[in-house]
Amino acid sequence: MPAVSGNSLLPDAARAAIRESTARFPSGRQRSAVLDALRLAQDGNGGWLSVELMDAVAEELALPPIQVYEVATFYSMFEVRAVGRHCVSVCTNISCWLRGGRELLKHLENRLGISAGESTVDGRIFLKEEEECLAACTGAPMMMVGHCYHENVTPDEADRIVERLS
Amino acid sequence: MPDEGVRLTVNGRELEAAAGEMLIAVTDRAGIYVPRFCYHPKLSVAANCRMCLVDVAGAPKPMPACALPVTEGLEVETRSDRAIAAQRATMEFLLINHPLDCPVCDQGGECELQDLAMGFGRDISRFTEGKRAVPDPDLGPLVSTDMTRCIHCTRCIRFGEEVAGVQELGATGRSEHMEITTHVERSLKHELSGNVIDVCPVGALNNKPYRFTARAWEMSAHATVASHDCVGSALYAHVLRGRVRRIVPRENEAVNETWISDRDRFSCEGLYVEERLHKPLVRRDGRLMEVGWEEALAAAAAGLMRVAEEHGGEGLGTLVSPSATAEEGYLLRKLMSALGSANIEYRLRQRDFRSAATAADAPWLGTRFCEVESLDSLLLVGCDLRSEAPILAHRVRKAAMAGARVSYLDLAEREYLHPIGTRSVQPPRDWARALGPLAGRALKGRRRALWLGGLAVRHPAYGELLEAAAEAAAGAVLGHVTQGGNAAGLHLAGVIPGPADGNGAAGLNADRMSRVTLAGMVLMGVEPDLDCAAGAHEAIGGAGFLLALNPWVSPWLLSHADVLLPTATSLESSGTLVNGQMDWQSFAAAAPPPGMARPAWKVLRALADRLSLEGFGYADTDQVLAELRQRIERPAAASASTSHGASIDSRSLDDEEFATLELPMYSVDGLVRRSAPLQQAAAVQRAA
Ligand code: SF4
Ligand code: FES
Ligand code: FES
Repeated sequence: MPAVSGNSLLPDAARAAIRESTARFPSGRQRSAVLDALRLAQDGNGGWLSVELMDAVAEELALPPIQVYEVATFYSMFEVRAVGRHCVSVCTNISCWLRGGRELLKHLENRLGISAGESTVDGRIFLKEEEECLAACTGAPMMMVGHCYHENVTPDEADRIVERLS
Repeated sequence: MPDEGVRLTVNGRELEAAAGEMLIAVTDRAGIYVPRFCYHPKLSVAANCRMCLVDVAGAPKPMPACALPVTEGLEVETRSDRAIAAQRATMEFLLINHPLDCPVCDQGGECELQDLAMGFGRDISRFTEGKRAVPDPDLGPLVSTDMTRCIHCTRCIRFGEEVAGVQELGATGRSEHMEITTHVERSLKHELSGNVIDVCPVGALNNKPYRFTARAWEMSAHATVASHDCVGSALYAHVLRGRVRRIVPRENEAVNETWISDRDRFSCEGLYVEERLHKPLVRRDGRLMEVGWEEALAAAAAGLMRVAEEHGGEGLGTLVSPSATAEEGYLLRKLMSALGSANIEYRLRQRDFRSAATAADAPWLGTRFCEVESLDSLLLVGCDLRSEAPILAHRVRKAAMAGARVSYLDLAEREYLHPIGTRSVQPPRDWARALGPLAGRALKGRRRALWLGGLAVRHPAYGELLEAAAEAAAGAVLGHVTQGGNAAGLHLAGVIPGPADGNGAAGLNADRMSRVTLAGMVLMGVEPDLDCAAGAHEAIGGAGFLLALNPWVSPWLLSHADVLLPTATSLESSGTLVNGQMDWQSFAAAAPPPGMARPAWKVLRALADRLSLEGFGYADTDQVLAELRQRIERPAAASASTSHGASIDSRSLDDEEFATLELPMYSVDGLVRRSAPLQQAAAVQRAA
C-alpha cells in the first residue's frame, strides 16, 4: 500500500477555500461547489479521497453524502481509493495512439512493474488506468504528471521523467 | 378548459390541455398509451430512458413525450412507423445489458420492462457480447437489490430527493460503470423508503421480506385501509392461499396519494408469527388450556357475570386498542353498558383527563390532508410527526418547501427534512408556559394551524397543555395528530368513559383504571405492558378476572389473562376506521384469520348471546355501522363525562413523570411490534 496521509478530515486551509468557493454560487446552490471542494480535499490528502473525506465535504456543503460520492466517482480526476503520490497518465486516445501512446504506456508498465490503474509498492507512482484525449494532440504522444503536461514523449524521456519523481 | 388552454392532435384525435403540460400527462388523461420508464407523475422529469419517443409533425427526430410541453396546434403520432421504430430501438438498447431471465426475477409478471419488451422488443437479440454485472448493495431489511437489472431510470433517486426529502440512493460512476447505490453500504433509513419498490419499474429494487414467496398473477388483491396511524392510507393486500403475502399502496389522492409508510407496508410480516393465537385459551387451576369456542365463550360470559353480580358494573373496566374498528368499539361499548359498566377507554397512553376539552368532540386534525399543503404556518407541539404519521409529515414537507413556516415545540431536536421556522426544545414541564410566546412567533399568515401530537397526549399535565394550546392558537386551527388508526371513530362510537345514555355516573378513564384494581377487566387488542401508560399494567394485571380479545399471545397476557379469545387483525376483518380528516373508511376482510381466530365483532356478538343480551343480532358490520351512525346523528348519545377539575400544574410533577413521553415508530401496536423486518429497521435506526 502506498504511504498516504491518514488524516481524512479537512484541513483548515481547505475548509476556508471551500467556503470561499461556495460563496461564489447563489445561496442554496452550494451543490455547485462540490467539484471545487473535492479538488481541494483531494490535493490536501495526497491525491485521493477517502469516504471520511467525502463525508467531510458533504457536511461542509450540507449535502447528502451520496451526492458527493456521485461526483467523485463520475470524474476521472478523482480517485476514491488510496493511490501513489504522483499521478501519471498516458494518453491513449486517437492522436496519441497513432503516435505511440499505447507503446509508451506499455513501456511504463514494464518499467514500473505495475499495470495501468495500479500504484507502485513504494507509494511513489500511480499509473492512471485510461486517459481520454487531454487536448494536447499537437504534441502527441503525451503524458501528464500531476497537472504538468509532457509532449512528444519518447520511452527514454518517460523514464527520465518518472525517475525524477520522489 | 381555462383561457390558456391549447388544442393539439394526437393520432388524429383532437385533445385539449393546459399550455405547458407535458404531452405524456395529456395522453395519459386521454387514455392514449405511451410507453415509459423514467416518467412518474409524482416526480420531476428526467427524460433519460427515451422509451416515450413519439413522432411530432415538423420535428426532425422523435421527441420524448415526458419532456414535451404541449403547444397550440401540436400534431403527434404515437404509433407511426417512425415512433414505433424509435421505441423499438430504445427497447433493444435497454435489453443490451438487462438480463433476460424473467422466470427467476421476483418482478416477473409485474415488470414494466417485461411488459414493454412484449410490445416493443424483438424476438431475437442481435447482441452477442457479454452483459454487465453489477454488485448488489445491502440496503437493509426492507428493500432487496438486484442491480444488474437496473435500467438507470433514476426514479428511485428522484423519489429520495423530491419526496422523502433525503437522497439515500445515487448514481455513482459513469456510462457503462454507472451504478445505483448508496456507495458506502448503508441501510435505507427514511420512513417512506419502501416506496422505491413501487417506483422501480424493473426488478432492481424489490420487497425483501416478500421476495420469492409468490407470483403477482397468483395473488388476489383486496382493498383495505392501514391501521397504524391517523392517515389511514389506502392499501391493497395481496393474498395467496388465504394468507396476506404483501401490502402495496392503493392510489387515493385525498389520503396517501400513491405512497405508503414502511410501517403500513411491512407490518403484515407480523401476521403469521409464532405468537399468533390460533385457539381460545381458558385458565383452569392456574394453567391456560386450549379449548373450543363454546367453552371459551361460556367461561368469558361466566367470568363477566360473576363480576357484575358481585361488584356491579362499576367493577368492570374495558380497554380498547386505538386501532380497533368503529364496529368493534361500538359493540364492546354496547355490551359493557348492558352489564352496567361505564369504564371504557381507547386513549390508553393518555394520563391527564382534567381538561373538559379532552372529552369534547372527537379529536381530529381540524383540516383536510390536502389543505395542509397550503398552510402558511404550522406549530407542532409534542409531536414527532415523521414517526407518528409519516404520510402527514410528507404533506407538511410539501407545505414547508412551498414556503410555509413550520415550527415545533418538543423535548428533543427532531430531524425534519425541510426548513424549520422556530425550533423550541424545552423540558416538557415548561411546554405550557412556552407555548404562548412561541405561538406568537411561529404562527404567521392567513392559514395557521397548531397540532398536538403523541408526546403532548402522553404528557402528565396534558390538560394544562391543551388549555394553553387552545389559547395560543388564537384563531389558528387547533388539530390533533391522533394515536392509533381510529381515534375519532372510537370516540364517536362512545369508547370513552361515561354512560351510553348520557346520564348516570361517570366512568373511569384510562388513568383511573391504571391506578385502581378492578374486579374484572376486558382488553380488546391491548397488551397492557406495552400499549398503556408506564406502570398501568400492574393495576390491570391485578384484576380478579381478565378477559383478553387479541390476535396474539404475549408473555404478559399468558401470565395474567383468564380467558384469551383469538381475534382477527384489521386485515382479516371487515370494519371501518375513521382517519384524522374524518373519512369513514370501510373495508372488507382481505384474508381469513388463521386457525380458529375470528373477527372481534363476531366474537362480541357471540359473547352477547351467551350473556343473553338483546339487540346484538347483526348480520354483518354494515348493520353495526348503520346503527352507530344513526346514534351519532342523535346527539343525546354523544355525552362523555369524565373526571374534570382544575388542571395540574406541571411544575409540581416529579421528573420521572416525564420519562415515557417518547414512543418509537415501530412500537405502536401489536402487529408492528411483531414484524421482524420493521424491528430490524428499528435497530438500524437506533444504531445510526
Ligand atoms: S434501481 Fe430501479 S428505480 Fe432505481 S434507477 Fe434502477 S431501474 Fe430505476
Ligand atoms: S489524443 Fe492524446 S492529447 Fe488528444
Ligand atoms: S419516460 Fe420519457 S424519457 Fe423516460
